[in-house]
Amino acid sequence: MSEVAIIGAGVAGLTCACELIDRGIDISIHEQAERLGEGACSWFAGGMLAPYCERDTAEDEVMQRGLLAIRWWQEHVTEVTQKGSLVLALPRDRNELERLSRLGKQCRWIDQAETSEIEPHLADFSGLGLLFPDEAHLDPRKALQDLTNYLKKREVSIQFGQAVKLEDLDARIILDCRGYHSHDVLPGLRGVKGEMMILRTRDISLTRPVRLLHPRQPIYIVPRDDHQFMLGATLIENNERGRFSVRSMLDLLSSALLLSPSFGEAEIIEHGVDIRPAFDDNIPRLWRKDNVVFVNGLYRHGFLLGPDLAIQTADAVINPNQWEELPQCA
Amino acid sequence: MTMLELYGRSFESRILLGTARYPSPDRLAEAVQASGTEIVTVSLRREAGGSHAGEKFWNLIKSLDVTVLPNTAGCYSAREAITTAKMARELFQTDWIKLEVIGDSESLHPDTAGLMEAARILNAEEFKVFPYTTEDLVVAEKLLHAGCEVLMPWGAPIGTARGLNNEYGLRALRSRFETTPVIVDAGIGLPSHAARAMELGSDAVLLNTAVARAEDPARMAEAFAEGIRAGRNAYLAGPMQPSDMPQTSTSLIDKADLRE
Repeated sequence: MSEVAIIGAGVAGLTCACELIDRGIDISIHEQAERLGEGACSWFAGGMLAPYCERDTAEDEVMQRGLLAIRWWQEHVTEVTQKGSLVLALPRDRNELERLSRLGKQCRWIDQAETSEIEPHLADFSGLGLLFPDEAHLDPRKALQDLTNYLKKREVSIQFGQAVKLEDLDARIILDCRGYHSHDVLPGLRGVKGEMMILRTRDISLTRPVRLLHPRQPIYIVPRDDHQFMLGATLIENNERGRFSVRSMLDLLSSALLLSPSFGEAEIIEHGVDIRPAFDDNIPRLWRKDNVVFVNGLYRHGFLLGPDLAIQTADAVINPNQWEELPQCA
Repeated sequence: MTMLELYGRSFESRILLGTARYPSPDRLAEAVQASGTEIVTVSLRREAGGSHAGEKFWNLIKSLDVTVLPNTAGCYSAREAITTAKMARELFQTDWIKLEVIGDSESLHPDTAGLMEAARILNAEEFKVFPYTTEDLVVAEKLLHAGCEVLMPWGAPIGTARGLNNEYGLRALRSRFETTPVIVDAGIGLPSHAARAMELGSDAVLLNTAVARAEDPARMAEAFAEGIRAGRNAYLAGPMQPSDMPQTSTSLIDKADLRE
């Protein structure tokens, strides 16, 4: 018997596991899927640690709670690239940049000349930009793998291919970290569909995530190893797990081409669809029912807010006062 | 105060609110409440997905306890708009439809020819059509002839926040169709734009982005409701006309008599 049993080995479960093991708590992890990342929406994440940029669509609380993410990931995974984020827009969409610079604050304006200095392959993009120098990114798939290695090194048992029932687990506390899979027991949870693609090309290279603000088809492109680029992501209010639509693909790809025509010859090596678990305010939080804590609602901020939520979780596990203060669900 | 009459139903509020692009469903609900709106529009295309995939979001909209006006946003042909309208009727159990047929993907300019065609077909199928159109008088005439009982001219292209691009055109529309409800839709950025639309005699204003993308959507929603109320009152109160000749506003009787 372990003190804390964690169900789900996505970003929520693994960040909680690391935070608990760091504090000397004995844990076990149970994952329904056979392989890491299978059925976890964090597998499709962008991996941007960009609290300031996120202000474009997220509220101040997301930014505040995301500030500790970069350091947390640096302490737990092998590779976090801190080269900032670049946000671009066409001259006609300057208003979108003005809005973000007011909300995101930690940025400065850069012109086309400076853009081509820091990202030479975007030299032909005739637009304006904001540089957020303090932000970072990682490869979510490698990061999840690194977290499991981190845990294995500390002799944590991670059991894959094991669908467990809450009542069968013998532990003082159970953390339900199953994301949208918990919607039947967490009635406030909804799914927000996202579609993403991975492109591969040697025609262009980028050193940092680049976002294109656009009133209709905003995108981000995150560079990964092996000449790959993660292109994302749509944000659609429904809980459909599959069905990448033609319109979405067209929108994503045409915005990518707007950034650089060099993506034209890229190979589409993957396209994925999944749903993000979210509460009505799009802010993650903990709910408790008896000895089960639901760690959920990370929405599109699994890697940005996972660490903060994991720290809250560990605090509640350790500190009886904080445990008592957790909101109870019906 | 007189009520807003739309297809036989009466409303006190003269603000219609779109439900897209809010930071979260909670912020949307707060904005709806702060605006006092009784009608919200919902875009069907993207959120629909497979069978009942968007149910959670629909339930949230339904829980707002306001009239739902589904729209055909993002449709580029009459046929597409008609299909979407039929889906909306089934999903929301309403025959109301805000009809948008977009003609150009850059400017989002309405395709008025496609609009008139779709309006004719949908009216024949007993929809209550709210056509999103320009200020073109002839198009408006034909929409009414096709059976529409409401007109929704743009203030400016969708999402531009430019205010009223053609006051003269909106004024002409108002005076030509005195008894038809006119709802100014799209392009509104500030409460003063909405107030201006109401001062010109429009019956209501529909907006979305200006509230949804404000830093504080609920507060902006309230500001719009106040602007719309002010503009409506000003219209009903009968504004004075501008004059080239300055006129004193102080009665001469009280003036000191400086004669010897």
